[in-house]
Amino acid sequence: MKHHISFTVNGDPVEALCDTEQTLLDVLRDELDMTGTKEGCGTGDCGTCSVIVDNRVVCACLILGCEMNGRSVETIEGMADGDKLHPLQQKFLEHAALQCGICTPGILVAAKNLLERNSDPTETEVRYWLAGNLCRCTGYDKIVRAVMDAAAEMRGA
Amino acid sequence: MRYEAPVSLDEAVHLLAAEKGVAKILAGGTDLLVQMKADLIEPDLIVDIKGILDARTISGTGASGYCIGAAVTGAEMNEHATLRNDWPGIVEGAAVIGSTQIQSRCTMGGNLCNGSPAADSIPALIAAGATASVAGPSGLREIPVRDIIVGPRQLAIAKDEFIATFQLPPRRAHSADAYLRFTPRTEMDIAIVGAGVNLETDGKGQITAASVAIGAIAPTPVLVEAAGKVLIGTSLDTDTLEALDAAARAACNPINDKRGTVEYRTKVAGVIARRAAETAYQRARSK
Repeated sequence: MKHHISFTVNGDPVEALCDTEQTLLDVLRDELDMTGTKEGCGTGDCGTCSVIVDNRVVCACLILGCEMNGRSVETIEGMADGDKLHPLQQKFLEHAALQCGICTPGILVAAKNLLERNSDPTETEVRYWLAGNLCRCTGYDKIVRAVMDAAAEMRGA
Repeated sequence: MRYEAPVSLDEAVHLLAAEKGVAKILAGGTDLLVQMKADLIEPDLIVDIKGILDARTISGTGASGYCIGAAVTGAEMNEHATLRNDWPGIVEGAAVIGSTQIQSRCTMGGNLCNGSPAADSIPALIAAGATASVAGPSGLREIPVRDIIVGPRQLAIAKDEFIATFQLPPRRAHSADAYLRFTPRTEMDIAIVGAGVNLETDGKGQITAASVAIGAIAPTPVLVEAAGKVLIGTSLDTDTLEALDAAARAACNPINDKRGTVEYRTKVAGVIARRAAETAYQRARSK
């Protein structure tokens, strides 16, 4: 069964045809060619495919594409403003908060959602918020420092 | 595989009744999609109940009794200030499930219907005496939550029925609840024991009513009536806590697996029941 879905991605209206079986992650990557969102475990454990749907961070692998009618989706592609990186992206570079990079889009999206809700999180709050985003390279410390630093800069800006 | 998103209970009931093959209800999808991907289930029809207002709404008050839609998410419950104040244990049970991402989607209806003995949101609902409104061909029927899971992945709900809402009883003065679980890791893990305690005091520190429900210690979450009884008439002194510990251990019939042996789960059940009772008692005394 094919579904015609229309929703917005990073503010732009999009339309797609998808099968019932296709997840939002499949629709983004395979139908809309937006491959910034990565697939990790495919079962909601690793957070690699994190996107924001209606202002909540979710795993795109655990949502059906056909649920998306009328929804607002934000992905990593919408984070930088043209060539100007989002403060989180800039701080991830400065702190070397990534190595292989596969988890990075999901972590940036999840962290952005946190800072929109709480501009001054404690380290504990950052760690709990990102507990569903696995990273096998960094040991998390640089990620947490980058998020804290970005939050401080954004509060000052 | 068909997908339908009804906007009323009646419409959903008709879709389920008309389906000859396997129909599954979709709320948050955090269990359903995982099981579909693992080929454990292959539904012919998916009925997404998130378009049904009742299933997505928290209504009522502490005094009147809350009604919580089966498809309300853990995050939404955790952000509901008065629900959190009146039923901190029920909110704790829903809010400890999974990560931030899972909290955005996971629901008590799904957690219950997944039928796991370790479901985190269920012990506190059972201890509260919550009921579920089940929609089916002959309308709505109300069943105590404790009667719904009858075995691992087995429910007392027919194929053409689904849970629409949960009803909590009126919250009385000097009463409170708590949910506490033990997991081998600090986060993102399945409980090897989870205990929900709901109790009421006379306002001077003596417990007048108490219920204790424990998950992950038997094929289903269990209401441990003996554990509730030992609390009544006491001020939760040391002897009472020991009796509670013993009653909780006596109710254990757990599995033996890599995450906990029978001996370990049994021992921890007593400890967790005790600590949950202490938290509920402190909360009740401060009300």
